[in-house]
Amino acid sequence: MILSLAVLLQLTMIVPLLAAVGLLVFRRQPNIREAVTLIAGVVLFVLVLQLYANYQRNLIANVHWLEILPGLVLSFRVEALSLMFALIASLLWPVTTLYAIGYMRAHEEENQTRFYLCFALAIAATMAICFSANLFTLFIFYELLTLSTYPLVTHAGTEEAKRGGRTYLGILLSTSIVFFLLAIIVTWVYAGTLDFLPGGLFTDATPQWVLSVLLVLFFFGVGKAALMPFHRWLPAAMVAPTPVSALLHAVAVVKAGVFTLLKISVFVFGLDLLAEIQATQWMLYLAGASVLLASLVALRQDNLKKRLAYSTIGQLGYISVGALLATELGIIGGSMHIVAHAFGKITLFFCAGAILVAAHKTKVSELRGIGAQMPITMAAFFIASLSIIGVPPGGGTWSKWYLMLGSLESGQWFIVITLALSTLLNIAYLLPIPILAFFPGGGGRVVISSEQIKEAPLPALLALCLTATLSILLFLYPQPFYGLSQAILADTGAPYAIAGN
Amino acid sequence: MSWLAQYNYWVVIVLMMTGFYIVIASGNLVKKLMGLTIFQTSVFILYISMGKVRGGTAPILEPDIDLYSNPLPHVLILTAIVVGIATTALGLALVVRIKESYGTVEEAEIQQKDNDQC
Amino acid sequence: MLAHLPVLQVIVPLIAAPCCLMIRSPAVVGRFVQLATLATLIISLGLVREVLEQGVLSYALGGWQAPWGIEYRIDPLNVYLLVLVSLLGTIVIFAAPTSIKSEIAEDKQTYFYVAYLLCFAGLLGILATGDAFNVFVFLEISSLSSYTLIALGQDRRALWASYQYLIMGTIGATFILIGIGLMYMMTGTLNMHDLATRLDNVSETNTIFTAFAFLFIGVCLKLALFPLHLWLPNAYTYAPSLVTAFLAATATKVAIYILLRFVFSVFGAEFSLTYLPVREILLVLGLMGVVFASTVAIYQTNVKKLFAYSSVAQIGYMILGLSIGSAAGLMATLLHMFNHALMKGALFLALTSVAFRLKQTNLTNMAGIGRQMPLTMAAVVVGGLSLIGTPLTVGFISKWYLVLAAIEQGWWPLAFVVLFGSLLALIYVWRIVETAYFQPISAELSGVREAPVGILVPMWVLVLLNIYFGIDSQFTVSLSELAAHSLYLEGR
Repeated sequence: MILSLAVLLQLTMIVPLLAAVGLLVFRRQPNIREAVTLIAGVVLFVLVLQLYANYQRNLIANVHWLEILPGLVLSFRVEALSLMFALIASLLWPVTTLYAIGYMRAHEEENQTRFYLCFALAIAATMAICFSANLFTLFIFYELLTLSTYPLVTHAGTEEAKRGGRTYLGILLSTSIVFFLLAIIVTWVYAGTLDFLPGGLFTDATPQWVLSVLLVLFFFGVGKAALMPFHRWLPAAMVAPTPVSALLHAVAVVKAGVFTLLKISVFVFGLDLLAEIQATQWMLYLAGASVLLASLVALRQDNLKKRLAYSTIGQLGYISVGALLATELGIIGGSMHIVAHAFGKITLFFCAGAILVAAHKTKVSELRGIGAQMPITMAAFFIASLSIIGVPPGGGTWSKWYLMLGSLESGQWFIVITLALSTLLNIAYLLPIPILAFFPGGGGRVVISSEQIKEAPLPALLALCLTATLSILLFLYPQPFYGLSQAILADTGAPYAIAGN
Repeated sequence: MSWLAQYNYWVVIVLMMTGFYIVIASGNLVKKLMGLTIFQTSVFILYISMGKVRGGTAPILEPDIDLYSNPLPHVLILTAIVVGIATTALGLALVVRIKESYGTVEEAEIQQKDNDQC
Repeated sequence: MLAHLPVLQVIVPLIAAPCCLMIRSPAVVGRFVQLATLATLIISLGLVREVLEQGVLSYALGGWQAPWGIEYRIDPLNVYLLVLVSLLGTIVIFAAPTSIKSEIAEDKQTYFYVAYLLCFAGLLGILATGDAFNVFVFLEISSLSSYTLIALGQDRRALWASYQYLIMGTIGATFILIGIGLMYMMTGTLNMHDLATRLDNVSETNTIFTAFAFLFIGVCLKLALFPLHLWLPNAYTYAPSLVTAFLAATATKVAIYILLRFVFSVFGAEFSLTYLPVREILLVLGLMGVVFASTVAIYQTNVKKLFAYSSVAQIGYMILGLSIGSAAGLMATLLHMFNHALMKGALFLALTSVAFRLKQTNLTNMAGIGRQMPLTMAAVVVGGLSLIGTPLTVGFISKWYLVLAAIEQGWWPLAFVVLFGSLLALIYVWRIVETAYFQPISAELSGVREAPVGILVPMWVLVLLNIYFGIDSQFTVSLSELAAHSLYLEGR
């Protein structure tokens, strides 16, 4: 089957929507319903792979939909960074679906159709964000992603879920409306275009203070990047069912945030200009502080999902740092970290959910000795922790390496020290969990007897093994993603509209 | 021109302020409407007096008269009077209905009853 | 036939109104009124085509040439609003046969239709006419019939609200009458186009300043500009829901039109915005309206009142667009007039269907209603998102242009306040969403079903228009741009 590139590109957004329709049709037959999402997920991944293969051959898809306002067109274009994000999001969607099938059934959740439906819509929005060819399109789907994930966060329908949802929506919508939208309009006024262009949009005529204000507005406005002090929504979103936390709040939503920041740094400001803006340095300090503070807070969380959430905030800070270093190495490190952190953190969340389903435990302090009961889960947890910390054989090794190189190269000693300290903190808040799970200590006191090996349901277990393996594979074969992250800056923007047939 | 020369405007202003004051200060709904009518009437006088041409007569074609007052403001004000009557009639009808359902035409008492209901 | 379109626009509903009295049977009258409004909608669309092809249309009523006779003058500005009013008036009336069954007594339904048509004709008349005194007459026609419509509400507070509106409205209209009289005194003409040219010679006299002041305050009363909005919340709350939907969508927009017409066409932008501190006044009042009314809306327990206060806030946005004092700002105002009509039309129609089932619209009684009336509440959610200004809804389009106009002028703080106002909207909309979807269903709601199709269809037509014009804004943007530029050129 040969599809034209443009059709391929549009299908990445349409397939999840079709899946949503299918879900509605088969809402009464859970088996078919879940098969629909699973198949859609696999199809989507194949489609993105096709795009990737074409990109390797320099065939770049681009699509224009409709002109919403004069000069502002909904349009999409494939580019290296978007491929990176799309690849991981589309790869992890079917994996998460697999996990969700085990989790949701074991947990006997209600309104499962609504759950899968919103999930599919969120993926469609994520794909649209990936391939947005201009800031305007990106903003529209950024907002739609927030709205489509709101029902997922409040899935439980309890008072706590309502409160969590309020914080989630409140912070994400407020920052995007007040800061992000304002920044976009200001960009439009000064640059006259919102297209992502290599080297940036601004001319020399734009005053320095406007650029500084814009940078601050963008970095605070993209609330999904969870840069402190606008990070509170992420822990609040942890009331959601675990698959949501896993895919959306470790991959799709938060990565959409940092992805946007990377896009803005490279294609709106341009690295040369970004390095000259005064505010870049301040924001760099803020991102560094965000990394350290989030790690410190994570250390104090006893709720496993909350601890992972704060860890995510810290790791997102790394990517913001990568963008703000405004060097090639920074961008490579930042974009690689999107991938590495995605594989690592989704595994950790899968494990947290598996523990909840199988052992009904949510607190770190209750996990002592649980390795005897759930050896596979905790082994996966261990591997993923290594990846987050950034030591072999975890995929995170590479991204941290490049970030470190980047900050050394540009002489940002504060960042170098931050990264080093943060690694130590990562070790402190992650590693004790698997270690104490397997070696509870205390004179060999085993909390749970070893006879009752009781892992999570098979689909869930399968999923978390898969992502843990991916994490290791990323360490062994980083080449595809490294190649893409190098290509981000090599993008000339020229090969627009080469139609493949 | 002394300030009394244009006494018609003083009449208008006095009437207008009287009407306006009644609308604001009176608590009785019927009296408010009366104030409103006085207020509107002052504007009618404003219009009619501006149509007067000194020495002019009623605008009826007569061979030996060549100075007429301007008839247009009169025509306009005929319309405005009709509008004013309609307003007053509607207002009074509302007052009747208010009296039926509240049992009073005093603003303060109506407010009181509404507050109690909440 | 085509040449007579300007007058037909007004005459059709005006003649149809007394016809209703002859038909009498409410069921037949309902269909008849739908036909009549549909005809006006078609006429207004025909007028759009004519104006786009031929430019300004001038129609001499009864063959008496302007400036002696009454002229109907259709230019891009009023044709844009004619479409708005006739579109909303038509869609809303299609919900009437079903909804008034529960809100208006059988023997009064025919009168409801008569008053509705008269109000509709009055609003269209204000828009179509080119004669200043005619504006006053049509204003009173529409006002008197809207007092009647409001008084049809079931709650006795409707009577009190209607009375208060009558007093305030009459004072406003009389102020406008004074203003027109003073202008006539100085120029001897009532034709607005003619006035515009003649006012130049006398524009620096005290009489004209006074005329402007009276007109300005009178119109601000009618358009419920903060702090002259006191009549609006109660009137909207206690009127029959359908009437609220109609008035909220059209009446205040027409009042803003009067303001635009006098400020820009008659007095001219230079006189109004440069000599007099009108911009500053509008800026301050608009800002206070946005912040104050949105905040008050958050604390309301009656959803109708909540959206009434939200209307006051949205009027604030339209006024802010004016105060920016550029063609871009004016365009934002015009866009928001159209878009806000669509939002509030959809929202109040949704409340009509809530009122149809629940007999009231208190938020506390709407707990868990999202499960019982999914389509209605989905409409509230979409309308609410539009109010907040989420992308792909009309609210986003107007917000975009308003902020753009502010930034172009270098007014960053204004842009911040506008966006901050969206957050207040987010809060009050989300209060409804949380109550409707997260609270357990209250006992009295358990038997409630979705509203009948008769209300759902017009409501969803408006909801879909909210989305359609949010995605394809070409019609509204191009027409409002044309109107804004012609108004600005005219004002120079």
